[in-house]
Amino acid sequence: MFCEKGVELIKELHLLGDGQLSAFNEDGIRQVLDEMKALYEQNQSDVNEAKSEGKSELIPTIKFRHTCLLRNQRCVAAYLYDRLLRIRALRWEYGSVLPASIRFHMCAEELEWFNQYKKSLAMYMRSLGGEEGLDITQDMKPPKSLYIEVRCLKDHGEFEIDDGTIILLKKNSQHFLPRWKCEQLIRQGVLEHVIS
Amino acid sequence: MADAFSEASDRSEDDSQDVMTPAELIAKLEQAWLNEKFSPELMESKSEIVECVMEQLTHMEGNLQRVRKGDIKASIHRMEIDRIRFVLSSYLRSRLRKIEKYFPHILEKEKSRAEGDPSFLSPEEFAFAKEYLANTESYLKTVALRHMPPNLQTVDMLKAVPKPCLDSFVFLRVHERQENILVEPETDEQREYAIDLEEGSQHLMRYSTIAPLVASGAVQLI
Repeated sequence: MFCEKGVELIKELHLLGDGQLSAFNEDGIRQVLDEMKALYEQNQSDVNEAKSEGKSELIPTIKFRHTCLLRNQRCVAAYLYDRLLRIRALRWEYGSVLPASIRFHMCAEELEWFNQYKKSLAMYMRSLGGEEGLDITQDMKPPKSLYIEVRCLKDHGEFEIDDGTIILLKKNSQHFLPRWKCEQLIRQGVLEHVIS
Repeated sequence: MADAFSEASDRSEDDSQDVMTPAELIAKLEQAWLNEKFSPELMESKSEIVECVMEQLTHMEGNLQRVRKGDIKASIHRMEIDRIRFVLSSYLRSRLRKIEKYFPHILEKEKSRAEGDPSFLSPEEFAFAKEYLANTESYLKTVALRHMPPNLQTVDMLKAVPKPCLDSFVFLRVHERQENILVEPETDEQREYAIDLEEGSQHLMRYSTIAPLVASGAVQLI
């Protein structure tokens, strides 16, 4: 059956669940592209035959193949685009440097797209307001209180808070820190917000 | 919220002709934020508000530096700054999210905009949207489209990317009384009918019905 490979690509994303990224299915894409090439060539020769010999009975077949071609194109584009959306979400979750385990799943072009996206976003944020701009990937949740209780999950070394006090972030130590200084570290997994 | 601004406002009012008080500014920001958060389409860009708020934040941060350590006032102001910054970031985030989601349609709208009409995008957002489109198009091209048969090497982004659903339902509160708002029928048995929106009342209706009222500020999405 035609288009089977294309649909498989879509199914793969479907099974994966939101926000997850599996390895780039280069093989699957290639198989769809090969199928498209074969369909196109068959169509070309049939079109020529229908034209030169006036075989109008070939037309339904040609149309059918063309529909398959369109469907394949759509499946591939959807597969790639959906992955881009997932990759985009990663920028907001992990910051501009992705963990190696995720980069491993991306193809070279996807990495390039990610880098370009990162640049566009950084440029946009820098251009906001004053000289320094505004980092809108911060302040993701409405602030409830000024200070929060955090626990260190790993050794991070010394950490300076706004008023110049330096504290040592040691594994398993607990601190009461300004929320706006911790947000990034919490997302990086260095600190954990202790909710009592 | 006005309190936290009092120090900052004294100085900033001299250098800007705007007579808006900081409290009004924040109210405007909150209004724009809620509308943007709940409307299915991108609203008009409010660059002046964003700029003014950024300026205020800088002033307030500056004032905070001068307050002596351990002063209770300092932490209250700090909290205020945090809250305003959250609203501002959240507002800009939801705009950016929509731009990314509907970029072909938004850019198309921008192209067909008549000279002199207010733009829906700030210059920075416009630059971002263009880059996003170019980046995504070139990605699809290098990875797959250029390997496809000659007649299938382009994808019409306008058709491929879904449009914002303007028929979705939104909650709203009325600021200025409106008369004779035509409500479209929900089912075949119903007929079109007109309603009046009383000031202060709240409703749940299709966004497309009241979109112009949201833009003019007569109603507020909640």
